[in-house]
Amino acid sequence: MDATKLHAIDPAPGASGGARSIPDVRELLFGDLWPYAPAPERNVWPIAERYGHFLDGEFVDGDGWFASVNPATEEVVTHVPTADAKVVDRAVKAARSAYETCWRDMPGAERGKILYRIGRMIQERSRELAVLESIDNGKPIKESRDVDVPLVAAHFLYYAGWADKLRYAFPGASVAPIGVAGQVIPWNFPLLMAAWKIAPALAAGNTVVIKPAETTPLTMTRLCEIFVEAGLPPGVVNVVHGAGATGKLLVEHPGIDKVAFTGSTEVGKLIQRALAGTGRRLTLELGGKGANIVFDDAPLDQAVEGIVAGIWFNQGHVCCAGSRLLVQENVADALLAKLDERMATLRVGDPLDKNTDIGAINSRAQLEKIDELVAAGRDEGADMHQLACPIPERGFFFRPTYFTGVTQSHRIAREEIFGPVLAVQTFRTPDEAVQLANNTPYGLSAGIWSDKGSKLFSIAGAMRAGVVWGNTFNAFDPGSPFGGYKESGFGREGGRHGLLPYLEVTG
Amino acid sequence: MSAARRKRSGAPERVPVAKTYKLYVGGAFVRSESGQTSRQTDPEGRFVANVSKASRKDFRDAVRAARAAQGGWARKSAFNRSQILFRIAETLEDRRSLFEHTLVEQGGFAAAEAAAEVSSAVDRVFWYAGWADKFTQVLGNVNPVASPFFNFSMPEPMGVVVLLPSLRSPLVGLVSAILPAIVSGNTVVALVDGELLTPALDLGEAIATSDVPGGVVNILTGRHAELLPHAAAHMDVDAVGLWSADVGMRTALQTAAADNVKRVRVHDDPERAAWRDPAAESLYRIDEFVEIKTAWHPIGT
Repeated sequence: MDATKLHAIDPAPGASGGARSIPDVRELLFGDLWPYAPAPERNVWPIAERYGHFLDGEFVDGDGWFASVNPATEEVVTHVPTADAKVVDRAVKAARSAYETCWRDMPGAERGKILYRIGRMIQERSRELAVLESIDNGKPIKESRDVDVPLVAAHFLYYAGWADKLRYAFPGASVAPIGVAGQVIPWNFPLLMAAWKIAPALAAGNTVVIKPAETTPLTMTRLCEIFVEAGLPPGVVNVVHGAGATGKLLVEHPGIDKVAFTGSTEVGKLIQRALAGTGRRLTLELGGKGANIVFDDAPLDQAVEGIVAGIWFNQGHVCCAGSRLLVQENVADALLAKLDERMATLRVGDPLDKNTDIGAINSRAQLEKIDELVAAGRDEGADMHQLACPIPERGFFFRPTYFTGVTQSHRIAREEIFGPVLAVQTFRTPDEAVQLANNTPYGLSAGIWSDKGSKLFSIAGAMRAGVVWGNTFNAFDPGSPFGGYKESGFGREGGRHGLLPYLEVTG
Repeated sequence: MSAARRKRSGAPERVPVAKTYKLYVGGAFVRSESGQTSRQTDPEGRFVANVSKASRKDFRDAVRAARAAQGGWARKSAFNRSQILFRIAETLEDRRSLFEHTLVEQGGFAAAEAAAEVSSAVDRVFWYAGWADKFTQVLGNVNPVASPFFNFSMPEPMGVVVLLPSLRSPLVGLVSAILPAIVSGNTVVALVDGELLTPALDLGEAIATSDVPGGVVNILTGRHAELLPHAAAHMDVDAVGLWSADVGMRTALQTAAADNVKRVRVHDDPERAAWRDPAAESLYRIDEFVEIKTAWHPIGT
């Protein structure tokens, strides 16, 4: 490998515990006087050796137990069973029964009060949920505490209010629930994805069978406890554990009326094919390769924060990540100098430490995938820039990284890395930026940085992407619809539009 | 348009000039690249005309024309799009005797039903035309997010939409497929099959003289069974609409559509009279061929 193409960025003094050289950019200096002391969050909540499926309101043991691992320590967190066809069938039957005998016909106001109670109880147990999420997933506690869990609660509270107002959601139409929803969610936001799936489905009067990701089953079990305590009738939400094979059994089960999947584009296409001709409804929230476009009239310091939020939030395990930075050529050097300076302050390590910015990669498999794509980036001739910070000896970690000298044909410019790795390309004109941004089969997100309003509107309009962030990135809200164009999937989650996939709209 | 009326003996009084029914692609009327035609006959099985039969190549050309026209069509002001679509209704109304004549002579419609069919088609176009500068207000909204951002969601066209319209309703079924798709700024390739193909190509002529830019609407007559696999698999098609209860067709379409995650909308194909019912027109036919884009911007100083 060509050593001249590897640019190590030294951590800022104190940022990762050791004295380093000072980058040649103006910055606020604390010197070595104030190194960060460890500030770990403690887990005081018991985690059982094993958790069963959640069927018809009860935890039920199963077969094929497998371990969920803490990706920061490689220690086993807990075990869950693998749902086979019988278990999936039982779950679907429980959901069908709950749909027909109770939930469908329950007045919306009553459904809403239960959803509201769920939201409140999530708030009440927020610290516990955040800590357990960070343990099982590897995300930094400051994110699970300040982003994931508050949004989870907010999602239930938002849709609680829709349950008795559905007839106002789609003007001129009458609406009815669809039936039983089969939902498969990923490991990057375990609780948040569960909320995105369950809250609108229940508000609309459907019942649910949901499969959490096999590497992050823990917090779903806590959510099930909350469902019971909040008085959600048995069978309205059922949880089956397992990997892809279980997911396949679920989405192909003939007793399912509607499938909702969040995950890779590859699997999404398999599901779309599998459901062909069945008449079952489908929404897909798939991969992305979001462009974060910085124009020369952008507020560069804010843009740097947006780049950091875009690619280093949640270790880059974000389908809508701003994984391609498109920067106008005349400000590229200035922007990247600022980015180096900002990057030097990032702290990589223990997810439970409140100072940690970048936690653990969720699994060894994902780490290997990141390694492979980064190696491809170097092999194909791009220049790698990486923070030369220490990382823990155990666990799965990857240093924040970006590539320059990237061309459109490089794998790192085309493929979703799903890790803390950014591909930087430059452009000269707005037209070229639009062309570059849209030159991907994906279409989930885009970011635009400019202080010129008319330019923002025109570029936002030209983006073939479902979410466009102007002078911000990776902002989320339960009231804001989320979802993709093109091969990033179809259907929206969040907001009024997020009800549509769970309703039969007539008229 | 029909064969020369001959006296029982001797020379014809006058030989009418027969029309060649050609495909409507990119604003032009073209013969099929394949050189093939279908025979359009009347209900008694008598020859009426040869109608160009679209091939895979014609379909690909039509998609290319639709793609080329899409950006410009979507960028027109909503008001301008609505004016152009209203103009289609004007043109159709103006040509109603042509369509009624064709429906009666070639389709075997009773005169009253033919009149109802044309009236319904004109009204259907008029109804959708009025939505062009309104649907974004009803399908989009501002989202009240819990942080200092201005956040709104807007419907945008999906891009290029392929339509496999009704086999039963030669005129109303066709405009009921085309109009809701183009109102929002999509461009379409309509693959028209069925017993009576000529009104579709006459509709193309009406559209061509209504200020609709070339390539916004492309009409190919051909066989669904032959063209559906190409429509389903084409990588530059964003969405497909199918009006057929045929499970085999739905399955084939939805399977191949997954190659580029096409949006597929399937509907039944009701009886002719049901197509004319105002209940067959809906804002949610527009909604099914739009994408919702959500934009955020900070509010501050």
